[in-house]
Amino acid sequence: MAVTDAGPATEVAKRPSRLFKNLASKIAAVPMVLVALVIFVGCTIWTIYHSFTRSRLLPAPEKWVGLDNYERLWGENRWLISIENLAIYGFCSLTLSLTIGFVLAALLDRKIRFENTIRTIILYPFALSFVVTGLAWQWILNPQLGLQNVVRSWGWESFAFDPLNNAEIVIFGILIAGIWQGSGFVMVLLLAGMRGIDEDIWKASRVEGIPAWKTYIFIVIPMMRPVFVTAIVIIASGIIKVYDLVVAQTSGGPGIASEVPAKYVIEKMFFSQNLGLGFAASTMMLLSVLVVLIPWAYLEFGGKKNG
Amino acid sequence: MGNTTTHADIEFEMPAASKQSVSVSVKDLDLRFGSLQVLKNLNLDIHEGEFLVLLGSSGCGKSTLLNCIAGLLEISDGQIFIKGRNVTWEEPSERGIGMVFQSYALYPQMTVEGNMSFGLKNAGLPKSEISERVSRASEILQIEPLMKRKPAALSGGQRQRVAIGRALVRDVDVFLFDEPLSNLDAKLRADLRVELKQLHQRIENTMIYVTHDQVEAMTLADRIAIMKDGIIQQLASPDEIYSKPANLYVADFIGSPAMNLLKGVVANGTFTAHGVSVPLSGYDFEKPFEGPAWFGIRPEHVAIGDAANASDTQLTVKAEVVDPLGSDTLVMARLSDERFWLRISGQSKVKIGDELKIGFSAVDASLFDQSTEIRL
Repeated sequence: MAVTDAGPATEVAKRPSRLFKNLASKIAAVPMVLVALVIFVGCTIWTIYHSFTRSRLLPAPEKWVGLDNYERLWGENRWLISIENLAIYGFCSLTLSLTIGFVLAALLDRKIRFENTIRTIILYPFALSFVVTGLAWQWILNPQLGLQNVVRSWGWESFAFDPLNNAEIVIFGILIAGIWQGSGFVMVLLLAGMRGIDEDIWKASRVEGIPAWKTYIFIVIPMMRPVFVTAIVIIASGIIKVYDLVVAQTSGGPGIASEVPAKYVIEKMFFSQNLGLGFAASTMMLLSVLVVLIPWAYLEFGGKKNG
Repeated sequence: MGNTTTHADIEFEMPAASKQSVSVSVKDLDLRFGSLQVLKNLNLDIHEGEFLVLLGSSGCGKSTLLNCIAGLLEISDGQIFIKGRNVTWEEPSERGIGMVFQSYALYPQMTVEGNMSFGLKNAGLPKSEISERVSRASEILQIEPLMKRKPAALSGGQRQRVAIGRALVRDVDVFLFDEPLSNLDAKLRADLRVELKQLHQRIENTMIYVTHDQVEAMTLADRIAIMKDGIIQQLASPDEIYSKPANLYVADFIGSPAMNLLKGVVANGTFTAHGVSVPLSGYDFEKPFEGPAWFGIRPEHVAIGDAANASDTQLTVKAEVVDPLGSDTLVMARLSDERFWLRISGQSKVKIGDELKIGFSAVDASLFDQSTEIRL
C-alpha cells in the first residue's frame, strides 16, 4: 500500500469491541428477533405442549393425557378426508399452477404486443381475496346460475357440470378456483425469471438450431431453478393454509367431502371447544410441512458445504 | 473446414476488391425499427477465408449488422448471400454459420462437453461423429482437461474458448464474433487475441468480428469496416485505414492518441492555420482543391529535436502534459489553439514547460474538406 507521511506512529489503534459494531442495525433487528422467538418458536412449542392435554374451551396445561388427542384425530373420518383432500388439492395445485404459469409466462416472453395489459389481466385474480374468488366460482359452478346453465341455453340440453354438489369430485371444483387465482402470480414470478436470462443464450440456441421448446426445457428451466424454488415455496404455503376458499365455496360440503385440515383445526378450536384436538391437528400439519421441508433443505443447503 | 486453403497465402497482396470468391455478401441492406433507420442501404462483400472486422463506437450498428448476417434479426430490405446462396429468409441454423457472443452464452447447467455437443445431438448427428468433432475442436482450443466441468467452474478466458469450441464443432464456413473479448481483462484479452489469430491461420474460415477496440481490429483484421450511424465509412486494410483515412471521422476514430487536427485553409499549395503554414508539395491530392480544410497529422509523424530539421514545417512548442507510457512518452502541446499530441521515445526526459522543436511534412498528413469531411 501507499506509504503515508503521517508523522511517527505513536500508539497502536485498538480493535473496537465486536459487540458495538453496527450497533444501530443490531438494535433495529431486536423487535424482529423477539417476534421470531416468542411468536414463531414460543407459540409453536406452547401449541405442541397443549396438544398433549385435555384442553377444552381454555388451555388446561395440568390435564395431561399423552397421545389421546392424536389417537382420536387419526381415528376420525373427517380428519382422514381432510388429509386426503389436501393431498389431492396440493399435488394438483402445485403441478397445474406451475405448468399453467410457466406456459403463460413463456407465451408472454415471446415479445408479444399488449404484454403489459395481458399480464395485468392474468394477475388480477391474485388481487382478490380467497373469499371473493370462492364465491365467484361458487356461482360459476352453480348448475342453475353458471356454466351448466349457459351451455344448456346454447342448446346442449344434456350438458352436466356440477362439481360442487358431487362428493366424488368436489375438491376439483375448489381446485379450479385455486388455480384461477394462483397461476397469474406464478406466471409473473416466472416471467421475471425468464427476463433475467441472457438474450445471447437464446441467440446461441437459435444459431444452433435448437427449437424453442427444447431451449425452454433443457436450458431455460434449469437456469430458472431459484425462481422455481421461490414459486414452489409460495404455492406450497398457500396450499397448506387453504381454508377461506373452501368455506366460501362449499363450507366443507357436500357432507364432509371437501374438508381440509386448516378448516378442521379452526372448527375444533373455536366451534367445538376442543383446543387439545385442534392443537394436535395443527401439530400434525406442522409435522407434515417439516417432513417435506427438512430433506429439501438438507439437499439444498447441506450439500453446499461439501462442494 | 478444409475447403478454403487456396487463397490464404496471397491474401495480403490482394487489393480490397479482388477476384477471390465471395463468402458473405450483403446487398442493399436496410434495417428499420419503426421510424428509426438503423442500417442504410449497406453493401458489403467478404471474401473466402477473410478476417473482416466491423469496428465502430457503440450504437453504430455493427452488432446489428452481424445479427442480420446471422439471421437473428429480420431485415427490412435487401439480400444476404452466404457462399453464393441467398439466405435472406433462412433460419440462423440453416445459414452455415457459427457464432460467439460477448457474454459467452454458455448453457450453465451443462458440462463443457455438453455445451459443445448439445446442438449436434439436437441435429441428430451420429454419436461417433459428434465425439470426433468435439474432440477435434477441444484439441485445437486446448480445453481437453476442462471437458467435464461446468461453465461456472471456468475462468472467463476458458469460457470464451468453450464458446468458440461450440461454434467450431458446427463445421461451418463462416464464423461470427460479437465482441468476444470485451468481457475479459486486458492480459487475457491480449492472449486470446493472439490465439484467435492463430486459429484463423489454422482453419482459414471466413470470420466476421465485431469490436469497438481498435487494437483488436488493427491486429486481427485482413480488412476493417469502420461504421458510423449504420453506414460503412471506410472498408480497407488496417494499414490503409491508418495511413489514409477516408474521412474525418475515421481519422479521428483510429489511433490513440487520436490524429492531431488543425483547422485552416488550403490555398496556393500551402495549408495555413493560425500560426502554422505547411507546404503541400508532398501531399498526394485525390483531386485539386482550394478552400477551408482540416490538416491531420499523427503524433508519431511529428519529428522532435534535430530530427525535425528534415521536415517541411518546423515549429517550437511548449510541453503542457507529459504522459510516460514506458515504451514511449506522450506529450501534449498546443498548436494553433488546438491540443497537439506528440509521441516521443520513452527514454527522452521531457518535463512540463520544456520548449520542444518539432517538425512534420505533408507527405505523412491527411487533409479533409471542412464542409464534406472527406479526404482530399
